[in-house]
Amino acid sequence: MSAATATDACPRVSRRFRLQWEEAQNAWVLLYPEGMVKLNQSAGEIMRRCDGSRTVSQIVADLEQAFGASGLADDVAKFLELARAQQWIET
Amino acid sequence: MSAANLAPQPGPPLWLLAELTYRCPLHCAFCYNPVDFATSGPELSTDDWLRVLREARAAGSVQCGFSGGEPLVRDDLEILVAEAHRLGFYTNLLTSGVGLTAERAAALKAAGLDHIQLSFQDSTRELNDFLSHTRTFDLKQRVAALIKDNGWPMVMNCVIHRLNIDYIDRIIEMAVELGAEYLELANSQYYSWALLNRDQLLPTRDQLERAERITNEYREKYGDRIRIFFVVPDYHEKRPKKCMNGWGNVFLTVTPDGTALPCHTAKMLPGLAFPNVREMGVRDIWYESEGFNRYRGDSWMKDPCRTCPDKEKDLGGCRCQAYMLAGDPAAADPVCDKSPAHGLVVEAVARAEAGAGRSAPLVFRDPAASRRIAAEGG
Repeated sequence: MSAATATDACPRVSRRFRLQWEEAQNAWVLLYPEGMVKLNQSAGEIMRRCDGSRTVSQIVADLEQAFGASGLADDVAKFLELARAQQWIET
Repeated sequence: MSAANLAPQPGPPLWLLAELTYRCPLHCAFCYNPVDFATSGPELSTDDWLRVLREARAAGSVQCGFSGGEPLVRDDLEILVAEAHRLGFYTNLLTSGVGLTAERAAALKAAGLDHIQLSFQDSTRELNDFLSHTRTFDLKQRVAALIKDNGWPMVMNCVIHRLNIDYIDRIIEMAVELGAEYLELANSQYYSWALLNRDQLLPTRDQLERAERITNEYREKYGDRIRIFFVVPDYHEKRPKKCMNGWGNVFLTVTPDGTALPCHTAKMLPGLAFPNVREMGVRDIWYESEGFNRYRGDSWMKDPCRTCPDKEKDLGGCRCQAYMLAGDPAAADPVCDKSPAHGLVVEAVARAEAGAGRSAPLVFRDPAASRRIAAEGG
């Protein structure tokens, strides 16, 4: 498990990217020099919680409460691993 | 009309390219501005641009590039950047760095500018100077420091062509020395001024292969420290590029006089009226105008594109290149080896291999040359 996905890490959106809600696309997007990544709904919901103050455990608990779900920890960890590899988040 | 014939509604114009001016202190022989730029009508006013920004953002645009010419020659650039930032655009400035003082950099930062793409000032007139790291290097070093001091990412761009491609190692080293995080080595594409100078600018296959090999060596050497993008010249390919990611699909260009285009060279196409932002709102331009709808989707295609298994992949290539080389904007892009006009591309590459441009002088982009070309009929 990497630093970004340790349950007590506090991931935040990398300075290389800007996370923003786009009404016209009905999606969260990541903006960077001359480019954009359109996030699907679950990716957007995870990324918007990566504010540098919440731990991974808190993000998982928050998502489970918001969507009335349970057992999301593995999916969140998997996504954060990908997000870190893409340099979307840093810790 | 059956449901199958209904073209899907296009998505929003995600990318707005604001070409603020054709004025430029440089004279690049590969400039993509139209060759008759000097006869263009008056530039849009500050208020016109502010309205265009608001309309485009309301229509869903999210990336905004301020370009030109040299956008820094407009003294309202800071006002436009501030409004774009306030509206929620990601703002990009595409500049040679000429005219970027510490004061203007600070003002642009305060206005919310997100990113500067700094191009190397290689107009080929000053090729030796450029390669010898003297004046160019001093300017770029000063501007690179301003970019770093203001916390912007360092993105550099260099147009590559026959006359500088053999020095690609020095170009990469210069970018590394300046602290670039991204370097785009963009081979010239043959439109506008570059088409006039094609014999002089098109590299040979050997030159291209060597440059790609050296670029790969530098990628290995520097890893994540600098990300290097290498854009190949399409004349050396067998399949065309998916130009602008599709006609009227993502990109909206507004030229200095307010003409709205699906790409920055589309104005050359015959029989198409492109709307002007002085007369039509951005949403109507994007969804309703004939100019933007003409080459959307694939119903306009002829053979070989119409029946080609790759037609969704490249959408038949570039409409301007089809017009310039095959004389028909609805033809297959002659870069494709299935095009009946592909021989013209093969011939251009053969001329490059034979050194056809060695004795001819370059035509440099400047207003006098532009007026002369316009008077001669384009």
